[in-house]
Amino acid sequence: MPEGPFGLDPAIWAVVRLVIALALLVVVVLNGALSQVYIERKVQAFIQNRYGPIHTGPWGLLQTVADAVKLLGKEDIRARLTDRWFFLSAPGIVFSPMLASWVVIPFAPGLVGADLNIGLLYLATLGSMTVLGIVIAGWASNNKYSLIGGLRSGGQLISYEVPQILSLVTVAMLVGSLSMVDIVDAQPGWQLTVFILPLAFLTYFIAGLAETNRNPFDLPEAESELVAGFLTEYSGMRYAVFFMAEYGEVSVVSAIVATLWFGGWHGPFVDTAGPLLGPVLGVLWFTLKTYAFVLVFMWIRATLPRFRIDQLMALCWKLLIPATLTNLLVTAVLLLAFPGSLLPVAIANWIMLGLFVLAIPLFQRRRLASLRARLRAAA
Amino acid sequence: MPDYNLSYVYVLAFFGAGVGIVAMMMMMSRMLAPRNPTREKLTAYESGEEPIGQAWGRYPTHFYVFALIFVVFDVEVIFLFPWAVLLRELGWRGVIEIALFLAILVVGLYYAWRKRALSWY
Repeated sequence: MPEGPFGLDPAIWAVVRLVIALALLVVVVLNGALSQVYIERKVQAFIQNRYGPIHTGPWGLLQTVADAVKLLGKEDIRARLTDRWFFLSAPGIVFSPMLASWVVIPFAPGLVGADLNIGLLYLATLGSMTVLGIVIAGWASNNKYSLIGGLRSGGQLISYEVPQILSLVTVAMLVGSLSMVDIVDAQPGWQLTVFILPLAFLTYFIAGLAETNRNPFDLPEAESELVAGFLTEYSGMRYAVFFMAEYGEVSVVSAIVATLWFGGWHGPFVDTAGPLLGPVLGVLWFTLKTYAFVLVFMWIRATLPRFRIDQLMALCWKLLIPATLTNLLVTAVLLLAFPGSLLPVAIANWIMLGLFVLAIPLFQRRRLASLRARLRAAA
Repeated sequence: MPDYNLSYVYVLAFFGAGVGIVAMMMMMSRMLAPRNPTREKLTAYESGEEPIGQAWGRYPTHFYVFALIFVVFDVEVIFLFPWAVLLRELGWRGVIEIALFLAILVVGLYYAWRKRALSWY
């Protein structure tokens, strides 16, 4: 009989590995959500020149724990006219795809839940499942704010999914595989995808901001007009589940960016540090890269004002989708025309990135002009 | 059991764990939280006003238009995935076919654009 690791029977080892992976990831994701709330509050506070939480625990470190305990003890209100089963199931529908996304993300060499050969497609699918939960939550609440918030969110998420997936396809084209492990293996040393496909990175990041309902795309939760959007009727622990799912999504998007464009666990000393220390360093590099992007998310939130819904839709359909489609075709043609050398692809992509950045002010000028014409016509 | 099936056991297990965690947190909350429903508390929140009617009614059709265009593009993207992986094997023929396919869809997008389906107002 063949023996698995640690002298265990392979069948038993499979079960043990599954349990370990589940336990580790659940702890990592839940702790990640808790610490991200704290980091976000501190970062916002420092950017706005104030202290943030300081009273609970040293440097306010226990503030989120206290908040979680408080939410646990809050009454769970379900209004009379809500659609019972949809209302109750919506938090789970949002939360479990977020958790399941982590299965395919490689944390270190050999440290991945399951290396699916359709990894990227799987991630894209799970990303769109969140839409279902949010629209269901908005509809089931039977509240006008919730309904508008849920629909806006649905419209926004499905629109931004198209440029997001197109950017992913560009990377799949370069690597020739959808498996996340293969994608990381294709970027040793300084051969990061971001140097070759910078425009796909930028469009993915913008679409990722929209997919996670973060500023400047947080219209579904625009508190000045919609109270709390699709969350209006949710209270207590159900609200907390939505909240955790949202922060989890932010880290999923950051982890995807780190894996696809910034080499995942690749970093100095990972390959030379030995079989035990190497994976530890890999996890460290991967976490650092992921959290760097989480911090960029927070920085953007503190800097940019919110879009209007027409601007949001126009940005997606009139700028991002044409740009990603062009990028995809040009990259495909250049990859075929110059097999064996990635330099032409990289040069073309940097030129396209420049054109894209230049197109944004032009795009705004045209929009402003049409807006002024409308105002004049109305006056 | 082959490795291939095992990966999907992982996927299922993670979905199960997600549902399980939510259920567990709801159970904890049910044990700890007070339950004191009153008539006012169970009405829909409308900034302190008495809610008029239900929310399940008519809403703007813009969302519907965008959803229609989205369905077209999402199906397109699914066709792109296998082509992208096999780009080098399919060669120029694959690129030309995909370019034709995209061109048809881009004409559709252009039509929607000119019809002002992409403008909110």
